[in-house]
Amino acid sequence: MQQIIVSGIGGQGVLFVTKLLAQTAVDTGRSVLLSETHGMAQRGGNVISHLKVAPREQSGTSPVSPLVRPGHADVLLALHPDALAAHGFFLRPGGRAFCNASGTTAEGSLDASAIAGSLGSAVSANLVLLGFAAASGALFCDPAQLETTLARIGGKRTESSLAAFRAGLKAASAP
Amino acid sequence: MTERSILLGNEAIALGLLEAECTMAASYPGTPASEILRALASLKERHKLDLHLEWSINEKAAFEVALANSYTGRRSATIMKQVGLNVAADPLMSAAYTGVKGGFVLISADDPGPHSSQTEQDSRLIAMVAKIPVFDPSSPEEAREYARRACALSEKHEIPVMLRPTTRVCHARQDMDLRPVPHPKQFPLFEKNPGRWAATPKFRLVLHRQLNEKLARISRDPDCAPQLVNGDALGPGTRDGGRACIVGSGVVTAHAQEILGELGLWDRVPFYRLPMPYPLPESFRDDLLSSYDRILILEETDPVIELQLQNREKIFGRTTGHVPTAGELLPEVVEGILRSFLGLDPSPPVEPPAYPGRRPTLCAGCPHRAAFFAIKKAFPKGIYPGDIGCYTLGLNLGVVDTVLCMGASINQAAGFYHAYRSARRDMPPICATIGDSTFFHAGVPALMNAVVQGARFVLVVLDNSTTAMTGHQPTPALGRNLDGIPVPRLSIAELAKACGVRSVAEGDPYDFDRFLDLLKAAGRHAGAEDGGVAVVIAKRPCLMDRNQPRTWPRLRIEVNEKCKGCDFCVKQFECPALRPRGEKEPIVIDDSLCSGCGVCVRVCPHGALEAVSEGH
Ligand code: SF4
Ligand code: SF4
Repeated sequence: MQQIIVSGIGGQGVLFVTKLLAQTAVDTGRSVLLSETHGMAQRGGNVISHLKVAPREQSGTSPVSPLVRPGHADVLLALHPDALAAHGFFLRPGGRAFCNASGTTAEGSLDASAIAGSLGSAVSANLVLLGFAAASGALFCDPAQLETTLARIGGKRTESSLAAFRAGLKAASAP
Repeated sequence: MTERSILLGNEAIALGLLEAECTMAASYPGTPASEILRALASLKERHKLDLHLEWSINEKAAFEVALANSYTGRRSATIMKQVGLNVAADPLMSAAYTGVKGGFVLISADDPGPHSSQTEQDSRLIAMVAKIPVFDPSSPEEAREYARRACALSEKHEIPVMLRPTTRVCHARQDMDLRPVPHPKQFPLFEKNPGRWAATPKFRLVLHRQLNEKLARISRDPDCAPQLVNGDALGPGTRDGGRACIVGSGVVTAHAQEILGELGLWDRVPFYRLPMPYPLPESFRDDLLSSYDRILILEETDPVIELQLQNREKIFGRTTGHVPTAGELLPEVVEGILRSFLGLDPSPPVEPPAYPGRRPTLCAGCPHRAAFFAIKKAFPKGIYPGDIGCYTLGLNLGVVDTVLCMGASINQAAGFYHAYRSARRDMPPICATIGDSTFFHAGVPALMNAVVQGARFVLVVLDNSTTAMTGHQPTPALGRNLDGIPVPRLSIAELAKACGVRSVAEGDPYDFDRFLDLLKAAGRHAGAEDGGVAVVIAKRPCLMDRNQPRTWPRLRIEVNEKCKGCDFCVKQFECPALRPRGEKEPIVIDDSLCSGCGVCVRVCPHGALEAVSEGH
């Protein structure tokens, strides 16, 4: 089982990233359970999704709760520097955080907004960060599987979304 | 192979209702219930189903419309959030007595936490007061299944049945199999029976007795019986010797199940999950109390199961202080409860975040922000009764002083007026705000009352032509129903006039100076010898509503050298696109957020914000 937290601010595409991960999980034969933020908190506040990915077969102890407990997340995707401060406590010891932040070389950090901006698509910072995280191997799936999903459900913006995702992948291998 | 799809809890519920062959659903939007009707509408379209779906004017209307469909023998649903159920409480109590014909499911979505509600109230408790059965699902998949079961149970026993999902079920997503959706085949046939459908008090007593009998029968219905979900656990007792078990309903049982598994106790502690927490079968209660020494009750939000199992010695729950009496039972909370109940060491503490979190705020360019800023300017030192919607966030701007429930701003404005007037004190200006959807929901009767009781205040109707907070559902001013078919359009101005208001004006808050003048004129009317309530309609579509045209020239805003970094604009106007850079540093405009409304130009006292050019 893998437990993932995606955190950001309303309008940053937290839900879309979560949806991509969830769909990829189902397409690769797994089961998912996830919980998202709606309503008042979406108006400029912190938005968080909890995602649990597990093998399809259900047993008595398979994950059934839609929430990740503090200290239990394997991966945290922080689409905004504040998101790390707000939701970093969900990570388990040894869990991996990936954060969209500028002016830092901290492990797992990437200026995804700048990369997205240079591609002329400021709103795709979420996918740049996802590509960056996927390249690290920390996710339950590999980058190619995410790309397949993105190509399938990306809608009108598929081309620029794919470009952003690949830019994130590339940034991970840059020295 | 069946198609496997990831569904939102609310979509799963919609699917369950259609699998139960519902022919009508009526709702008023409210988080976390709003997506159910939307999902029904898209399934209706996709499968070409003959259903009547409506966004009703309020929950009472939604309830009564759907109930009549059920009286004709057709299956129906009415959908709301827990706070909305208060509005529909009146018909609910009576419908429990009259009963129904076609299956009638009342969906009331609760919000433990509360994430976006005025109260945490437990709808199951209201089901108990009304004496109707209630289902409490613990996952999207189960919510779909229980929607079907609730409908069947309702029809079988001719009683309204409640389905009570919570936020964590409504807004969870889960993968599940899709099956073909049946086409409903029920013809409406209303069989007259005034003794039942129009019962006078004498008959109501008879109906009450029948209701009690129905409940007793339902409590024994095997379809709704409590389930032991881990049969292997009926072995020896737990650590401290006494035979212990856990009983619960809803999503909290999902948290508990996962945690028990992790603690290696899944096959050690019997766990009873209750699809229907009310009414409980007597036999279950008796068995439980005779088989166990310690029984932990896990349920949200109020002690509904617990109240039916009163036993001070054996029951551990809310009434005994073992479970918190407020707040969401998050998995970390459940873990603590389980560990202490089972005599395990407490889990290691997790560093709580020092970070306060960003407070929600109106979107950049939200027309409400402009209206609020004008109100503050027109009526400094005013009393500002507020209401429920996106514009509740006028709180941040200091232009919302009270928030009680839908429609209360108008009644409270009248109350404040009468308080000052009857005490013969100097009257501060009173300016109430209410959104368009809320005005239709509960504002109209309040406005009639204010007018006929001689109150005087300014009422600003923030008309953004939609129900923005819950996801842009249409209002009666749209002139189209859910199917997009033209229907009569209601005019807020005409309604206000019909309520007896003599001063009604309409303006665009983006046209700031003119709007300010309208407010001041309204204030003069409210204060004049022969004045009264003055209504100003602030009309400008919600920016986030993709169905509305964008009809203003987008301005490009620049910060010029006059900016002193006083942060007046940031604090008083709080537009997210105005970004402070620290004390005495000039602010910057965040182009990725700025909507180009240009209202901030009117806000800076130093003339530092300038509209430089028209973009596109
Ligand atoms: S959704 Fe619409 S009404 Fe609500 S804050 Fe944003 S712009 Fe304003
Ligand atoms: S724009 Fe005007 S109000 Fe805002 S910080 Fe600069 S000087 Fe102050």
